[in-house]
Amino acid sequence: MKARIWLPPLLLVLFLLGLWQLAASSGFLADVLGLEDFLVPAPSEIADVLWQDRDLIFDNAGTTLVEIAAGFGLALISGLAVAVAFRGSDLVRRAGYPLVVASQTIPVIVIAPVLVVWFGYGIWPKLLIISLICFFPITVNTLDGLRRVDPEAVRMMRSLDGSRMTIFRRVEVPTALPGVFTGARIAAAVAVIGAVFGEWAGSDKGLGHLILQDNAQLMTARMFASVFVLSLIAISLYALIGLLERAVVRWR
Amino acid sequence: MTATVSARGLTHRFGPLDVLGGVDLEIEAGALLALAGPSGSGKSTLLEITGGLREQSGGLVEVNGSADAAGRLRGCAWMPQRDCLLPWYSALDNASLALVNQGKSRREARKSAAERFEHFGLEGFETARPDELSGGMRQRVAFIRTLLSAKPVLLLDEPLAALDAITRAELQEWLTPVLRESGATVLLVTHDVEEAIYLADRVTVLSPRPGRSIATIDGMRGSPGRRDEVVSSPAFNRKREELLGLLRSDQARGAAR
Ligand SMILES: Nc1ncnc2c1ncn2[C@@H]1O[C@H](COP(=O)(O)OP(=O)(O)OP(=O)(O)O)[C@@H](O)[C@H]1O
Ligand SMILES: [Mg+2]
Repeated sequence: MKARIWLPPLLLVLFLLGLWQLAASSGFLADVLGLEDFLVPAPSEIADVLWQDRDLIFDNAGTTLVEIAAGFGLALISGLAVAVAFRGSDLVRRAGYPLVVASQTIPVIVIAPVLVVWFGYGIWPKLLIISLICFFPITVNTLDGLRRVDPEAVRMMRSLDGSRMTIFRRVEVPTALPGVFTGARIAAAVAVIGAVFGEWAGSDKGLGHLILQDNAQLMTARMFASVFVLSLIAISLYALIGLLERAVVRWR
Repeated sequence: MTATVSARGLTHRFGPLDVLGGVDLEIEAGALLALAGPSGSGKSTLLEITGGLREQSGGLVEVNGSADAAGRLRGCAWMPQRDCLLPWYSALDNASLALVNQGKSRREARKSAAERFEHFGLEGFETARPDELSGGMRQRVAFIRTLLSAKPVLLLDEPLAALDAITRAELQEWLTPVLRESGATVLLVTHDVEEAIYLADRVTVLSPRPGRSIATIDGMRGSPGRRDEVVSSPAFNRKREELLGLLRSDQARGAAR
């Protein structure tokens, strides 16, 4: 039963990797692209580099992971707070909603270098960029979840001596939870992109930083190894949130 | 524990829509008044206003001497047309919502609810999720939830309408002693003529929208004997004809208007 879920994607990935391996190791890809062989690494070479340089790669991955965790956490806290404030007051929502949408239109590539100028090479610019990207899906999906609250259930609770706070805890929060998790999953997937942009704008560590350096030195195999680890981080975060959702939202 | 409910000249409008056009009713302490009327005549609206969940547009409603919405809210427990069980709570936790809201510990609340579960044929389903219950069970859980609030006035909005005829008849029979023992004053909305006569002390008939109270007749609450005997008695049949006549006459008038 379980195998039916993970087997098809696994087979597809293995098949694509096999194709890539064949095309690259036979020199076919490099010929087509008109490049030197070492610029077009095969999966086996990428795996080699991943193993040989594991200390360097995982050291940098640690830095990126901390940035992602902090940025995601900040977005979660502020996104939930904003959504609850919007739910609480119509005036606040009408005033604030355009700003929330505008936050999504800020081009991160442009704002990242500015943040580095303001906050230096430390974690702050990355943290802000990641949370800027994550903020929108979390806020919008939480609001969406809150809008699903059944007004009849709220009236029933009022009639049964439920205070405003009780109704929030016992009716509104459970109704909104699936939306919160949806937002968090989308945010987890894009957080990694934010981290890379942040590091490209200015940093001395992290997988994005390493990719930039390797790019300058034409170390394409290690670039791919870093990309692989980045996706691994995103997928793990996504899966972790999915597991958490299944443990918490059991009534669905 | 007992309270009276009364309405005089009660009107309500939703924007341009006149929903209630003047309702008068009177419920004595501990009595059960059924409210019958065509669909859309404002019965649910009337119930929500009585329960302090809505402000009326005009007229007077009093629960236990309180005419303001907050006072009415304090006096009434409202059971909505849909059962509104919360899917994230077990049947038992749904039943004990009011007790926890009122500050009881979850353990105490569960204990009180569990006693009712035994009486009401729900034992074994304490930890079931609402979607694992049959329609009749869900309705019984919603009843327990409403009763445990220990409010002096119960407002029941077509509590049995969603059930099949047999389950409905069973629950009507079951409800009779339950409501009697609770001592509560009850305002019951129903489409079902038999249900109104069988359960109520008195039945008030509403006109089509905008709903006005056009007549009140005596019900047969507390008639001795089994339900199927009561509803097939000649006295019951006369009541049924009388009530159907009232509903029909006014429905015809509503259509001609
Ligand atoms: N919140 C609301 N806003 C606007 N119109 C409403 C609202 N609630 C009810 N109405 C309208 O008021 C009228 C009366 O509704 P209500 O639900 O009170 O009738 P009812 O007698 O309970 O009907 P039914 O027997 O079908 O339950 C209907 O026409 C309905 O569309
Ligand atoms: Mg109704």
